[in-house]
Parts: sequence; C-alpha cells; structure tokens
Amino acid sequence: MSKNSRWLSALMIFALLALVSINVAVAQDGITELTILWAEWDPANYLQQIGNEYEAETGIKVNVIQEPWGSFYDRMAVEWAAQGDAYDMTVGDSQWIGQAVEQGHYLDLTDFLVSNGIDKTVTPATLQYYGEYPAGSGKYYAYPTEGDAVGWAYRKDLFEDPQNMADFEAKYGRPLQPPETWAELRDIAEFFTRPDDGIYGVGVYTQKDYDGMVMGFQNVFFSWGADWSRDGQVMGVVNSPEAVEALEFYKGLYQFAPPGTGNAFFAEMNDVFISGQAAMIMNYFAFFPALINPGVNPYAEVTGFFPGPKGPNGDQFVSLGGQGLSILSYISPERQEASKEFIKWFAQEEVQRRWAAVGGYTCNINVLESEEFLTNTPYNAAFADSMTFVKDFWNIPQFGELLEPAQTYLTGFVVGGEGTAQEAMDNIAEAQHEILVDAGVIDG
Amino acid sequence: MLKNQAAPPATSQPKPGRQISDRTLSQLFIWPTLILLIVINIFPLFYSLFLSFTNYSAIANRPPEWIGFANFDRLLNNDDIWGYFALTGRYAVISVGLQTVIGFGLALLLRKKFRGSGVITTLILIPMMLSPVVVGLFWKLMFNPSYGIFNYLVGFTNPATAPDWLANSDLALWAVIIVDVWMWSPFVMLLCLSGLSAIPDYLYEAAAIDRAGAWFQFRRITLPQVAPLLLIAVLFRTIEAFKAFDLVMGLTGGGPGDATQMISVEIYSQAFLGQFRTGRASALAYIVLVIIIAVSNVYIRTLNKVREG
Repeated sequence: MSKNSRWLSALMIFALLALVSINVAVAQDGITELTILWAEWDPANYLQQIGNEYEAETGIKVNVIQEPWGSFYDRMAVEWAAQGDAYDMTVGDSQWIGQAVEQGHYLDLTDFLVSNGIDKTVTPATLQYYGEYPAGSGKYYAYPTEGDAVGWAYRKDLFEDPQNMADFEAKYGRPLQPPETWAELRDIAEFFTRPDDGIYGVGVYTQKDYDGMVMGFQNVFFSWGADWSRDGQVMGVVNSPEAVEALEFYKGLYQFAPPGTGNAFFAEMNDVFISGQAAMIMNYFAFFPALINPGVNPYAEVTGFFPGPKGPNGDQFVSLGGQGLSILSYISPERQEASKEFIKWFAQEEVQRRWAAVGGYTCNINVLESEEFLTNTPYNAAFADSMTFVKDFWNIPQFGELLEPAQTYLTGFVVGGEGTAQEAMDNIAEAQHEILVDAGVIDG
Repeated sequence: MLKNQAAPPATSQPKPGRQISDRTLSQLFIWPTLILLIVINIFPLFYSLFLSFTNYSAIANRPPEWIGFANFDRLLNNDDIWGYFALTGRYAVISVGLQTVIGFGLALLLRKKFRGSGVITTLILIPMMLSPVVVGLFWKLMFNPSYGIFNYLVGFTNPATAPDWLANSDLALWAVIIVDVWMWSPFVMLLCLSGLSAIPDYLYEAAAIDRAGAWFQFRRITLPQVAPLLLIAVLFRTIEAFKAFDLVMGLTGGGPGDATQMISVEIYSQAFLGQFRTGRASALAYIVLVIIIAVSNVYIRTLNKVREG
C-alpha cells in the first residue's frame, strides 16, 4: 500500500467514525418516535390521523398501537407489571387511574398541566374523572382525551310515523317524542315492542364478561339516586330501596329488548339497531359514527339521538366512558419530556378543533361549546349535554374485584331471572363491602 | 501453514476424538427438548405452586408475600367455588356421557363400508378440527332466537316465543353441552372406529354359528373389545370437560349470572378480568389439577381392569 493510499484510508476511517458518532448523538438526544397504546376502535384511528399531523410538524413519528377491547387492560397491566417501556403513553380507561397511580405506573402531570394552563382548557368533569386521583386531590395523571358517555339512538321514522304518533298518544296520553324521563322511555319501549313485526322497543347493555352490564345499569341506578358508596359505607347504600327499584326497572326494560341480547354490549347494540330490530338503543357516543353512515346503517338518514333521561326524582346521570392520555413512568426522562411536548401540542384549541372534526370526542371547553362542534354531527349536541352529568364506577385499584360480583348478580337477575332485585343488590353490597374492608378502603 | 510441512493426504480418516458417540448424540437430541420442557412446563408448574401460597398479583408491582394455606382455605370455604365445581362436574358427566353414546353410535353406523362412507366420516370429523372460539361464535349466532337456525331446527318457528338459549339460566348450560357434544362426539367416534376395525371377524362368525343374537354379540364381543379405546376417549374428554373455557367464553362468558361459570372460567376471572389475583387463581388451578388427577386415576384403574379382564 502506497503512502498516499494509507493516508486516504485513515481519512475515510476517521470520517466514518465521525459520522457514526454524530448519528449516535442524535439517537441519544433526539426522540424520533412516540408510541401510544389504545383500544382498537375508530377514535384510535382518529388519533393516528392527528399523530400524523404532529409528525408533519415536528418530524416525530407517532404510532398508535391498537389492542382489542377484550385484552386492552390485560396488555397494559402486563406491561405495567414488567415496568416495560414499550409504550410512551396510554389512553387508559377512567377506572384504571387509581391502580396506575397507586402502583406508580403513571407520571404525575399536575405541575405540567397546571403550569401550562392545560387543566383550564378541559371541562371540570372530564378532568376529575379521567385525570384526577384521588378524587378532589388536585393531582392529575392524565389529559382528558376522548370524552365519552352513554347516550341513546332512536328511529325517527318510527317516532314520526303519523299512525304511531296517534296510537301512542291515544294509549299514553302524551305525544310520541324522545323521552326525557326513564318512565317515558319505558312506555315508548313497550309501545314499540312488536314481536310479530320483528321489532322491539329498546336495546340495553347486558354483557357479563367485563363491565357491560354495570355500565348499562348505572344509568338507571344513578338516576334513581342510588350510588356505589356514601359516607364511606356500602351496606345500606348499594342495596338501598332506590337501588333495588332501579334494578327492577332495568329488568323491566330488558323485557322489551330484542331476543338474543342477553350478553350484549356496544357491538350488539349497534347490530340490533342497524338490523332494524330495536326502536331505541343505549350506547357509548363513540360508537354512534357508524349509525350515521348510510353504508353501514340503512336507517342512517332517520336516526336521531338523545341524552340519558331523568330518574323519578329528576336526577339525571349517565355512565362515563372515555379515556385520558397518560405518560408511563418507566420510560426515559427524554421520552417523558417528548411525550409532554406531544400532549402540550395536542391540547391546543386548534388541534382539539381538528381532533373533534375528524371524529374524536374532545374535552376542550371552547370546542365543546362551539356551534361548529354542536352541529358537526347529529349526536354532538346530546354528547356535549351528557358530559355535564356523567358519573363513573369505582376507580380505585380494587375496581376489577368490585366489578365481578356486580356483573354476576346483575346479569343473574336481569338476564337469567335468578332471585329478586333485593337479593341481587344485597349480594352485591355484601361482596363489595367485604372487598373494600379487606383492602382497607372502608372500616369493617 | 509452514512451508516445509507436508500436505495431508486427500482421503484422510476422521480423527477418533472427533467421533460423536451414540450417548452424546442422544443427549444432543434430548437436552434441547428437556430444556424447553423445563422452561415452559416444569418451571411454571413449580412457580405457580409457590405462588398459590402467596398473595401475589401479577400487576401489583410488589414481590409475592407468603401467606401459607390462606388461599386454599378461602377457596375451599367458599360456597360459590363449590357451586362452580358442581356445575363443572354436571357439565362433564352429561356432556361426556352424550358424546360417548353418540360417538359410539356413529362408529357402529360407519363400521361397515358403503358408498360414500369415507366422505361422510370426513364430514363428521370436521367439527373437532375447528377452533373452539370460532365454534362458540357461530353457534352464538345459530342460537339467536330472532335469526338463528337452531330454534327452527328443533321446532320453535316463532321467534317471539322461541327460547333464548344463551340468556336463560336453565338453558344456557344445555346450550354449551349441545355445542360441546356436536364438536367432540366425532372424536369419540374416531377412537371407537379404530377399536371396531380391530375386532377379528372370526369372533362374530363363531358367535353366528352358535346362533348368538345381535344384542348378545354386541354385549359379549363388540363392547368388551372396544372398551379400552372407549375408556381412553372418555378419559380425554373428561379431562377436557373439566378444563372447558374457550367454548364457554365464546358462547356465554360464564353467564347469565353464574349459570355457566365453569371452574376454568372462574380461574380466568380470578387471574385476569381486572382482578389479577394471581396467587388465589394459582391455588384454584392446583385444586382443579388434583381433582383431574384423581378422576384420571379412577379411569386408568378401570381401564387396566378392563384390559386384564
């Protein structure tokens, strides 16, 4: 090898080393990708769309990993247990927050959200249910991302049919229109239950597997003035006379449900509506986009929406759905900062406006109140209304244990016809009392 | 290589030290499998046994804490758990009983070759080749009182009055049994067919010469000859029935209420579904294991007696 070529080789090696070291420095200091875990549903696709805009603006790629609802919690829980850093953020269910906070899985976002004024941009109810833990503590662990609640869809063609209107008024003494109370809803359900025509009055949640039954029943339960605990007590509260009456009412509604909906949740609700079997269905607002799509729902043009009705004493509550965006505490400080930057960008009013426009259920106060949002879809007005009277199940770490007896005894009574409403609520109260005493949440 | 070193001959013999002995070769084949078994089966088996004596939760982010027999004590003193065991037992007895009768009956029908018997046998075997989750989902559609075909087939032609099999506490277990029997009777049939084909014809010829009737031939020749294979089929199906999970989850999710809450579904509920009581679920899994071993022992002893006798 000549002297010149030796010099040339040395120069090339030096240049290569310099390039490699520059690349390493970029990889260490600059975050090029953020990964978000969410459930497999349309809003996750919408978030990916928004994430693509973030990539176009900043060069940081956003990947929204979608996991089917059935295994979403399991996948997240396993990742928490392993203290893994596969995901930077998760759009976690509202019920998870207690467990995630107490076990240290979520990063405390209080200072970040408050110092940037983000906490003031979202409705107080969504910040409380999706972000705050413990309740009333002023400590926040999530940015309210996908607001959701249980609402109602109905067949306008049936409601506005002259014959139906006349018959209904003759029978019940009031005009046929979207109900404002549960009693009115029950009458309408009864009126439209015509097995010989293959149509039934109402579709309600009954699923046993996870939390479907509870999420459906809660709409009646809370609106009857009942609750899962009061003043640190469960016995006498969960099985209060109002709770028992609410359960009897819910079972009464199930009598007007299409056959085959004994283990039904959001997918089955849309199915019975689209197939023309139900005049009204309850469902999370997040599943309503399919109902205004003529390619999916043959009744899309005649589908109307209304918020959850009032109980006998005027109380009006609906089950909370939706999720908040949290940063996982096991990722590196650089990735935590990059995740905060994404949330800061995402929380901007303009981005939230686009988030709402593509189909996301924003929790931003200004966007929710805007005429543009309220008229964007036929159900947005009902959604904005509902988000002011949402209420949730327990969100403490024992929520899964508390769900199990509620699901079992509620489906046993409502669907299976086992025992009485009083027995079902007594059993739930007893089981939940024991779980909460064991966990030290309440005194024995 | 040194320049003055002689080149090796082109056809040199392999050095004796490089030969692999039969023992080494066999160990080379066995150890990977053994390691795999230890990692995937043996270690989890003993680790879950350890966990069953702890209050461990897979998501609690804290190490297992030894609590002795508390999990077993709590489970065995829980009336609901005994109820789930009783339900699983009832399911196993009815389901396996029906599979045995139907499977054996089908085998007797298909014993003699006829035109198309091969095709029919293959068609009958299809259900057991399907995934239980898929079977559960499409039977869920077939059981639907509004548009499912099942009610029509059994004579309920009016959807308004037809039973809702999966939403009725008295019928839900039967719905699961019907699907299990549909899916696994072919398995019993297959084993019985192989048993029937092994019976020598001269036994029947001798019986015919002695003017033995069909029932006598069945009782004294067919049944004793097929019994060992039939018992094996019953043993396999009983073990599977105790582990019934995927079909139940696909059809009813354990509901309505706890009408189809088999013991495996209960283990799953305790281990996952928001509860993550890993220690208690492990203890329950061990209780089930002991019961399955006990039941299997009874079968195996019976099988040995049949073979000897």
